[in-house]
Amino acid sequence: MENKDKKQEALFEYLLWLGDSALILGQRLGEWCGHGPYLEEDIALTNISLDLIGQARAFLTYAGEVEGLGKDEDQLAFFRGERAYKNCLLVEQPNGDFGQTIVKQYFYSVFAKLLFEQLSQSSDVQIAGIAAKSLKETNYHVRHAREWLFRLGDGTEESHKRVQNAVNELWLLTGDLFENSAKDGILFDAGIAFDLSKLLPEWEKQIRIDLMEATLTVPEGVFMLKGGREGKHTEFLGHILAEMQALPRTIPEGKW
Amino acid sequence: MIDTTAIYDILETVPDPEVPVLSVVDLGIIRAVRQTVDTLEIDITPTYTGCPAMKAIEQDIREALSTHGFDKVQVKLVYAPAWTTDWMSENGKKKLKEYGIAPPEKSSPDKSSIMGMAKSIACPLCGSIHTEMISQFGSTACKALYRCIDCREPFDYFKCL
Repeated sequence: MENKDKKQEALFEYLLWLGDSALILGQRLGEWCGHGPYLEEDIALTNISLDLIGQARAFLTYAGEVEGLGKDEDQLAFFRGERAYKNCLLVEQPNGDFGQTIVKQYFYSVFAKLLFEQLSQSSDVQIAGIAAKSLKETNYHVRHAREWLFRLGDGTEESHKRVQNAVNELWLLTGDLFENSAKDGILFDAGIAFDLSKLLPEWEKQIRIDLMEATLTVPEGVFMLKGGREGKHTEFLGHILAEMQALPRTIPEGKW
Repeated sequence: MIDTTAIYDILETVPDPEVPVLSVVDLGIIRAVRQTVDTLEIDITPTYTGCPAMKAIEQDIREALSTHGFDKVQVKLVYAPAWTTDWMSENGKKKLKEYGIAPPEKSSPDKSSIMGMAKSIACPLCGSIHTEMISQFGSTACKALYRCIDCREPFDYFKCL
């Protein structure tokens, strides 16, 4: 393969990872619509969902342009199967109870903030632009999840127990956030993307400070499940895709 | 050469679908107006990436320009530089307040904002600064929900971005 083709393929897959992660988390949060603990929180969760789907749309539109086969963001979202999805494993996990949703949002948002800070320096102007835009939204998402983490962690015995359980259950999926793909090297050289593993120390530092303030314990020595970027997912992705894709796959030419 | 001012005058008549008291120009989402050989190009930027009104705004812009004889119009969505509430016109902020939505604050004398807590936002209905935030996320992506402690009315705040 020529160098140019390699770079194009690496960039396409990298954009899918960015877009798919935002899309699946946005779709998951959308499941809260009408089920939030109270009206304002219901609206908050779906507002965040909307931001994530907006970010997904921007990244997937660009992915389609890079691929060069004339696919738009909808075609990439609705007509790819589970193994072609590159999202991180954390975002595909079920919502569980409200505490579990908050912990998932919190882990992801702190990661996304660090990632977008880094990517707003990308040599690719499109990625830099979308990242700078998404960063502003992500700051609100971090604030939302963090405030809830404190309230629930340092709340009642029951709320503390539930978020601690969520931290314990989701922890093994956090390592996957920082996995580079074997194809990324060419993007690092071009200054388009950056080594994800370098974000881990800062992420962990912030998580430790916040969890301590929330009176929660950080799990130690946990095996980390990985594979999202290679398309190796947990059982939950297939189900959410089936639900999300059913209508466009049934009526592919359907128009609103 | 086109008269850009005339184009902006037309765009001034296009309201934001969610906050109709503001025009798309007041909102600061019109980023560029260009004339190529036979096409009028308009760059617009979303307030939030997921803003569901962008498609409607694009159509409204086309329609408004079409009634003034501009039939070949291309509306392009751009993400960079990222939209900020600072681009909202002073006139726009005034109109928002009259409409009952607290306009975005540039800076605040409230010390709690330095501590990362919510700023004190003046109630657009009675002017009191004794207000509290109910939720960071309001009826649309760009607004937060507040309540006035003095007049007891809930109100929207167009939050800073």
